[in-house]
Amino acid sequence: MSFHVSRPASGTQTLWRVLLYSILIFFALIYLAPLYVMVITSLKSLDEIRAGNLMLPPLDPNFDAWAKSWSAACVGVECSGISRYFFNSFKMAIPAVAISTFMGAFNGYVLTKWRFKGADIVFALILFGCFIPFQIVLVPMATILGWLGLAQTTPGLILVHVTYGLCFTTLFFRNYYQAFPDELIRAAKLDGAGFFQTFWRVLLPNSLPIVVVTVIWQFTNIWNDFLFGASFASGNAAPMTVALNNVVNTSTSVKEYNVDMASAIYAALPTLIVYVLAGRYFVRGLMAGAVKG
Amino acid sequence: MSSIIDRPAATRGGVLGWLQVQLPKIVLAPTCVITIVFVYGFILWTTYLSFSRSRMFPNLGWAGTKPHENLWANPVWYKALENLAILGTLYIGIATVLGLFLATLLDQRIRQEGFIRTIYLYPMALSFIVTGTVWKWMLNPGLGIEKLMHDFGWTGFQFDWIVNSDMAIYTVVMAGVWQSSGFVMAMFLAGLRAVDDEIIKAASIDGASLPRIYVRIIFPMMRPIFLSSFVVLGHLAIKSFDLVIALTGGGPGFATELPATFMYKQTFTRNNIAVGSASAVMMLVTVAAIMVPYLYSELRAQKGVQR
Repeated sequence: MSFHVSRPASGTQTLWRVLLYSILIFFALIYLAPLYVMVITSLKSLDEIRAGNLMLPPLDPNFDAWAKSWSAACVGVECSGISRYFFNSFKMAIPAVAISTFMGAFNGYVLTKWRFKGADIVFALILFGCFIPFQIVLVPMATILGWLGLAQTTPGLILVHVTYGLCFTTLFFRNYYQAFPDELIRAAKLDGAGFFQTFWRVLLPNSLPIVVVTVIWQFTNIWNDFLFGASFASGNAAPMTVALNNVVNTSTSVKEYNVDMASAIYAALPTLIVYVLAGRYFVRGLMAGAVKG
Repeated sequence: MSSIIDRPAATRGGVLGWLQVQLPKIVLAPTCVITIVFVYGFILWTTYLSFSRSRMFPNLGWAGTKPHENLWANPVWYKALENLAILGTLYIGIATVLGLFLATLLDQRIRQEGFIRTIYLYPMALSFIVTGTVWKWMLNPGLGIEKLMHDFGWTGFQFDWIVNSDMAIYTVVMAGVWQSSGFVMAMFLAGLRAVDDEIIKAASIDGASLPRIYVRIIFPMMRPIFLSSFVVLGHLAIKSFDLVIALTGGGPGFATELPATFMYKQTFTRNNIAVGSASAVMMLVTVAAIMVPYLYSELRAQKGVQR
């Protein structure tokens, strides 16, 4: 809603614009402050951190803390850096995102273009799964993972993330395909295309935006997850968030704030990069997750 | 809804034909099975455990309502509920007001709007663990904001909330608002963009001032967005676990314990699966009380549009 209340530019109006921009910039600085603090602290030495203050830029910026975090930070009792856990998170997130997106696309297709009696109820039942507090599934899930021999493993976490990501991917694709013209599907069927052909040839080539939204949403959620990681894989298969929390709360020797901050940056970087490169799709995913329809 | 249930014209008999007809349902089946087992089955399972004698390991022995009684006799659980009430009220309230405020300002034909919006929203891309780690560092009384103010010459400044059991819960509110208010802003901004210019023009011709137009006409039009942001934030508050773990670990003492952290600790560190399950059931009931009516109305509204 851009509007223009036509009034001659007066002194009060200029003042109002100045005030407006000042407030907006003030808040922008507040939102940026933690990121700034995180970065400059990671570039300082421990002595400088103790002597200086939170906001002062580093006197002698260096990446020592980054190097230490990557290859020598202590996660629990083991001091071999967070790099392994960084890759754990990728090994977990990439398959989980791919599988849940793929299944969600087919679910959305069936629920909108091959509707059957009770399809809406099935959808509502699937949708409810997005909103349960996951505490309610922790103990049974741990038991099942134990039975399957997947406790404390990356494949176990993939299973968990696919399971509880499906409702979101199904929701996204279902809402997107609902707006896709039925006529095109019907025409494809008249041409003799079957269930899969129609999907591959007609629907999928037109699905790029929603695929991007879904992949970003799933990747962000899975990468940032802590509860499942901490519950089902706190050892060598731990994801990055769990490792970060261990680094920060390992109560041995001296607190190394610069290493903590460098580790936090490693944990934040993948999702931040996704956000900067594809912010528009990120926001659309948030909206779709919040405001259905 | 014009559904396409055009069955294959010449239904081929036999198994193959049957498969052909059932194919869509077969494709949907894995998700249905997963949902039935891993969502609804697990809910029943945990509910059963909340009436069982489970301690360190799940135990199917029946204990009746004992775990629930123990839960409601535990002072830490009451602390967790009190904290959830404080967090829920302040976090939802402040994030909503701030989000609406920033969206309204951003809607005044701002140059560089996209850039500013990106800044407001980036915390949403971060993990709560990252947010907790950074805020814990900034709130550190010895080296953080308190020391910063002392260095500026304000030596009487005291800001030790994170280690003060009366104030620690408010640090969770601060970090939570920082993380989520940009998202609320984005939702309101999308809503404001959808308002017809003509309404504002007409009202201003009638002599209404701009603030008056917003408060009297435009904000009331944002009702669905208030509802959505309430649902999203309320949901985040009830589930909030990571942020507390990273920021305060539930402490000092039990000062920032929440139902989510209470459940986790009872289950995994205090070897009290039955009581942990009872608290999980309470969390589910609370979320369901918010979500079920919301989802029901959303799905109904969708149908209304389609038909």
